[in-house]
Amino acid sequence: MAALPAKLQDYLDDFSFIASREERADFLIDIADSFQPVPPDVATKPYDEAYRVIGCESEAFVWAVARPDGRLNYFFDVLNPQGLSAMALCVILDEACSGAPLEQVATITGDVVFAFFGRDISMGKGRGLTELINAVVYHARQQLSVAVQE
Amino acid sequence: MSDITSRGYANADKLVSTDWVAAHLNDDNVRIIESNEDPLLYASGHIPGAVEVDWVKDLNDPLRRDYLDKAGFESLASRIGISPDTTVIFYGDKSNWWATYALWVFELFGHTNAKIMDGGRLKWAEEGRGLTREKPVITPTSYDAPERDDGQIRAFRDGVMQHIEAGGQLVDVRSPGEFSGETLHMPGYPQEGAVRGGHIPGASSVPWSRAANEDGTFKNAAELRAIYLDEIGLNPEEPTVAYCRIGERSSHTWFVLTNLLGFGDVRNYDGSWTEWGNSVGLPIEK
Repeated sequence: MAALPAKLQDYLDDFSFIASREERADFLIDIADSFQPVPPDVATKPYDEAYRVIGCESEAFVWAVARPDGRLNYFFDVLNPQGLSAMALCVILDEACSGAPLEQVATITGDVVFAFFGRDISMGKGRGLTELINAVVYHARQQLSVAVQE
Repeated sequence: MSDITSRGYANADKLVSTDWVAAHLNDDNVRIIESNEDPLLYASGHIPGAVEVDWVKDLNDPLRRDYLDKAGFESLASRIGISPDTTVIFYGDKSNWWATYALWVFELFGHTNAKIMDGGRLKWAEEGRGLTREKPVITPTSYDAPERDDGQIRAFRDGVMQHIEAGGQLVDVRSPGEFSGETLHMPGYPQEGAVRGGHIPGASSVPWSRAANEDGTFKNAAELRAIYLDEIGLNPEEPTVAYCRIGERSSHTWFVLTNLLGFGDVRNYDGSWTEWGNSVGLPIEK
């Protein structure tokens, strides 16, 4: 089984040292502050619904653009201005998965949501964040299947 | 406030406007409390002077499935600097879903001088009102709370069983998929899941969010009556039980039926589907 993308593992290591809810929130807010929505050369509003993350109440969208080396660059937007958790996860996924080996991205599971956000998030919040990860993984697997066919 | 009083609510005094809150930011007898689903929101910016009450950390017993007890509530009240006479104003995300949950728990301890800021956090922010990351410095108070009273606005499994046997009114405020049994739970979230899908026999389905407008404010009384009285035939004079998955969404409906429509006896069944759908032998409809 492939390892996780190195940058994602770095994030997981960093979060493993978090000792309090306040520290976790501050860390995630700092990450969310650097969120940048999808650039207009990739997508403009109103977005194609095919890129919407189903089940995410923060109204997240995910795009994946193939690079010359066959890997993917990911782009995101979060339409709910209060969707801070989704924005933080988008930043992490962008840094961790854009340009990463597809086999590694394809191994990411929804469990990492707990590592970043703790185990006391609500079911609805957890579902939305998990679906965000699933969307990223889906694109990686699609790209892998294209490579196999070629 | 005039807008709220013109909507025909039974108890319009349970709602305050964003204007009202803005005018009372420095009122010593008022405590503004933010309560959200998203644990990042308060820390990312809140109404100046507002404190946070978290639904997991502050309102629930850390060990048993229950709410905090008298000592826990007194400790919480002290930390957020309120006395029994303090007017507490709750607001939050998700159309005040979590704010009404917190208000309901406060009322279990008799702190009925509690209101909701109509429209919640989103309305405040979209009106361009200020948010701050600075946490207020609170002088702890001494709060002598009564024992938690579970007998008036809270329902338990056996009581719900008796209620349905008597043909009592039930409102299932979950999504249509949960009501029909199509949706059970998310993999990885068994703590809020259930081994059986469906709904409590006799329940009517009205997802909680139907009581809210797009901007998070509550619909007016005529619109609410059209849903709860005309559409599903609830009688305000009859006892009513509301439930969802763990009792948070149904606290929003409890607030609507009790305070905005003036129902005389509404209880929130917080055991809800995670208890009913996991209990052996209880009747279920699909």
